[in-house]
Amino acid sequence: MVTTPESSVAARAKYEPVIGLEVHVQLLTETKIFCSCSTRFGAPPNTNVCPVCLGMPGVLPVLNRRAVEFAVLAAMALNCRIHETSIFARKNYFYPDLPKGYQISQYDKPLAEFGWIELKQNIGKKIGITRIHLEEDAGKSLHEGFADATEKTAIDLNRTGVPLIEIVSEPDISTPEEAYEYLTLLKEIILYTGVSDCNMEEGSLRCDANISVRPRGQKEFGTKTEIKNVNSFRFVREALEYEIGRQIEVVESGGKITQETRLYNANEGKTYGMRSKEQAHDYRYFPEPDLLPLVVDEKWKAEIAKQLPELPEARRARLVKDYGITAYDAGVLTFSKELADQFEAAAQAAKNPKRVANLVQGELMGRLKSRNLEIGDSPITMQGVAMSADLVESGAISGKMLKDLYDLSFERGKDFGAVYEEEGRPVQSSDTSTLEKIINDLIAANPKQVEQYRAGKKTMIGFFVGQVMKASKGQANPQVVNELLVRKLEG
Amino acid sequence: MELNLLTIDAARSAIQERKTTSMALVESFYARIQKEDSAIGAYLTLTRERALEQADRIDRLAAEGKPLPPLGGVPVGIKDVMCTRGVRTTAGSKILENFIPPHDCTAVARLEAAGAVVLGKLNCDEFAMGSSNENSAFHPVRNPRDLSRVPGGSSGGSAAAVAADMAVVTLGSDTGGSIRQPASFCGVVGLMPTYGRVSRYGLIAFASSLDHIGPLAKNVKDTASVLRTIAGRDPMDSTSADVPVPDYVAEIDKPVSGLKIGMAEEYFGDGLDAEVRKAVEDAIQSLAKLGCDVVPVSLPHTEYAIPTYYIVATAEASSNLARFDGVRYGYRAKNARTLAEMYRRSRDEGFGAEVKRRIMLGTYALSAGYYDAYYLKAQKVRALLTQDFDGAFRKVDAIVTPTSPTAAFQLGEKANDPLAMYLADIYTVTADLAGIPGISIPCGQTREKLPADWLADSW
Repeated sequence: MVTTPESSVAARAKYEPVIGLEVHVQLLTETKIFCSCSTRFGAPPNTNVCPVCLGMPGVLPVLNRRAVEFAVLAAMALNCRIHETSIFARKNYFYPDLPKGYQISQYDKPLAEFGWIELKQNIGKKIGITRIHLEEDAGKSLHEGFADATEKTAIDLNRTGVPLIEIVSEPDISTPEEAYEYLTLLKEIILYTGVSDCNMEEGSLRCDANISVRPRGQKEFGTKTEIKNVNSFRFVREALEYEIGRQIEVVESGGKITQETRLYNANEGKTYGMRSKEQAHDYRYFPEPDLLPLVVDEKWKAEIAKQLPELPEARRARLVKDYGITAYDAGVLTFSKELADQFEAAAQAAKNPKRVANLVQGELMGRLKSRNLEIGDSPITMQGVAMSADLVESGAISGKMLKDLYDLSFERGKDFGAVYEEEGRPVQSSDTSTLEKIINDLIAANPKQVEQYRAGKKTMIGFFVGQVMKASKGQANPQVVNELLVRKLEG
Repeated sequence: MELNLLTIDAARSAIQERKTTSMALVESFYARIQKEDSAIGAYLTLTRERALEQADRIDRLAAEGKPLPPLGGVPVGIKDVMCTRGVRTTAGSKILENFIPPHDCTAVARLEAAGAVVLGKLNCDEFAMGSSNENSAFHPVRNPRDLSRVPGGSSGGSAAAVAADMAVVTLGSDTGGSIRQPASFCGVVGLMPTYGRVSRYGLIAFASSLDHIGPLAKNVKDTASVLRTIAGRDPMDSTSADVPVPDYVAEIDKPVSGLKIGMAEEYFGDGLDAEVRKAVEDAIQSLAKLGCDVVPVSLPHTEYAIPTYYIVATAEASSNLARFDGVRYGYRAKNARTLAEMYRRSRDEGFGAEVKRRIMLGTYALSAGYYDAYYLKAQKVRALLTQDFDGAFRKVDAIVTPTSPTAAFQLGEKANDPLAMYLADIYTVTADLAGIPGISIPCGQTREKLPADWLADSW
């Protein structure tokens, strides 16, 4: 649970948080940004290295075109303006996992600027994206997991030179929830473009948060702190929640916020200031003389644009139109590109695509919601939905039987197909002799209702259908039941 | 046949025609080095094994009667700022005293691919920073023409080796005059090509936007021959230009008659030694007699070149030399207790005084609050200097200037006066800043030798 300092609700209401996020995303290129080493994750330490990424004397960087294309794709998907000319710059600092003593990044002339993401909870609110720039990743310092780890730090330079984009938001975010939503949408969009796997455990998506508070109505920003390297979106939300409370408390008690970098301890739910020495950096940026200015001209941009897939927003609109589902359900189905792809593949493979959509909307979503499950946790896959749709379509099972099988799937945590097999491939009954016996018994047992029907109260047929279905344990074919009933009652 | 005096073509022909062998030539040069170099100090490392292997290859080609490659069997020396795979490469610094690179410099690889035989690695000022070769961490180089004098720098070993017949040709590097000034001090030819003409891959960077690799030789034809071999686009260097390489050797036979030669008064002002002035003016007269048209040109921003150069060069150096941190290779201080102490002491103990001075100057020039006033302003002045040359080259084909204001000075004469030393580059840094080529060709002798510099438009 989040533990926040005791800042009263009243105090909180007086202040407005101002949040900006910096997100680093590793690009899924085969090779590194400035050399031809592999970017594969999990290789033995210091095996994906060469003189260039090791920062040997005299080596020079050569830019990977694919990294540029991926960065441009991401920038396009985030509504950015791509600059025809951008400039690489050196960010100078000493660290053992930074072989050259500088990181090649972009500074005052980034690849792209002026993008935005539109939020859904707070409809119409756009979070601005200040800039997106290309840079190289640093290596990793390892403090554990080898023989003399108590005395030494080991360096793994496999990650050195893996291409990154840094996506910097405007300070447009007002709540931890908005930060969470922004990150979720950002990740969704990047995943759609396919330029990153956004895997936070492997560090291919990393987030730093800048946060300050100011009295409501005040124009000037308060002093900000930066929360570094929080490793899940939920923790970002919690860290921000805590930090807002902490800052309000400091200000309320007459104190001053120190501009500093803070680390989030997820176990305690608290942020802690890092030693101030760490941030007295002057990075001495200057244009990288070993690389020419990066030019992405109109022709190249047009070629890259062709690789841009249908993005979530457009796909949602199309799903509503093509399958007649609600905007909400389209949103759920496009939660990931993978899910949306599965849904569409299943729907297209089924006899009646709309029925698949109807089942997802009518039968699946409600069950997920009532059990508080995400769609990714659903026991019934899209293939299962498609299979059930076809069974109903062919008349093999009834709607009632489908509902029962869905319930069993959720109970047993198994896909529709497995449960259908376990239940012995039930079929709805169209055997008239069995049904006729049930109906004859019913007519004999309910003379009053028969009287009413025959007196003209035709709606009484519903009562009889219900009773037959009940007696047949839902396996009767409703259409056949209806025909038989009419014949018997009229006759 | 005096083997040590052969030119490239003569050496190659002698081997091809079996008048001598590549092996004999190599041994003759090593004998010469053995005899002379203890007094001069041009070589830091001899690559005997690598040389004999290559010589053997060449001799077998010759024995089979196959045509030798353009530099087949030609003994060369390499300034020790160019990486050679498996061969110690020091950059004249204690910090790289035992560094063995895993990679080859493109220019060296191209020389060897063309049949050249690498005799060894040549002494230089530490990280190519200096104008006298007194900043080598190992020992200074002495001028073969007068052992009490400096050979110039930073490619002092490269110039001295050619002057003392200890290599047919050598490679040097020029960031502010480091090929041309030692060439002039030692009385040999030194060429700095246009920026981007020769790949910098494997050249240990001093100032990336100013560093050039180029040849030093006894005559312009050998210089042209080496340039033809090492020039051209290299996919490993993004700043190497994709411009066709002409046959420089064929080009140099063209007559000079009709060429327009520029003379810039800014290069003949105060501080220019009278004897040097006389030699260069006489050379210009000779050119006029050969049918050149001598035209006055103006390069008005020349006076700002030295300060501009020392800001741009030191700023880039401060960043380029950050990788020498004791972490992965090179010198590491013993018994440091913290990371910061390890960095500080490794760099303090590993770098010499001039290198540290330049790292500090450059760090300052790039610092927050000073960047605009120094680095950015220097880049603007650099653009103006380039414009000066663009204007001049609309009027003339080449500009003739002295290479250095004086002839070779005494060892120790300027060693404790960095500013006086910096001014020795006053006529050479402009070409580095503008990215244009320059060649220093001997044109006279004072007591010793003497220099002239030709500057030409790019490519």
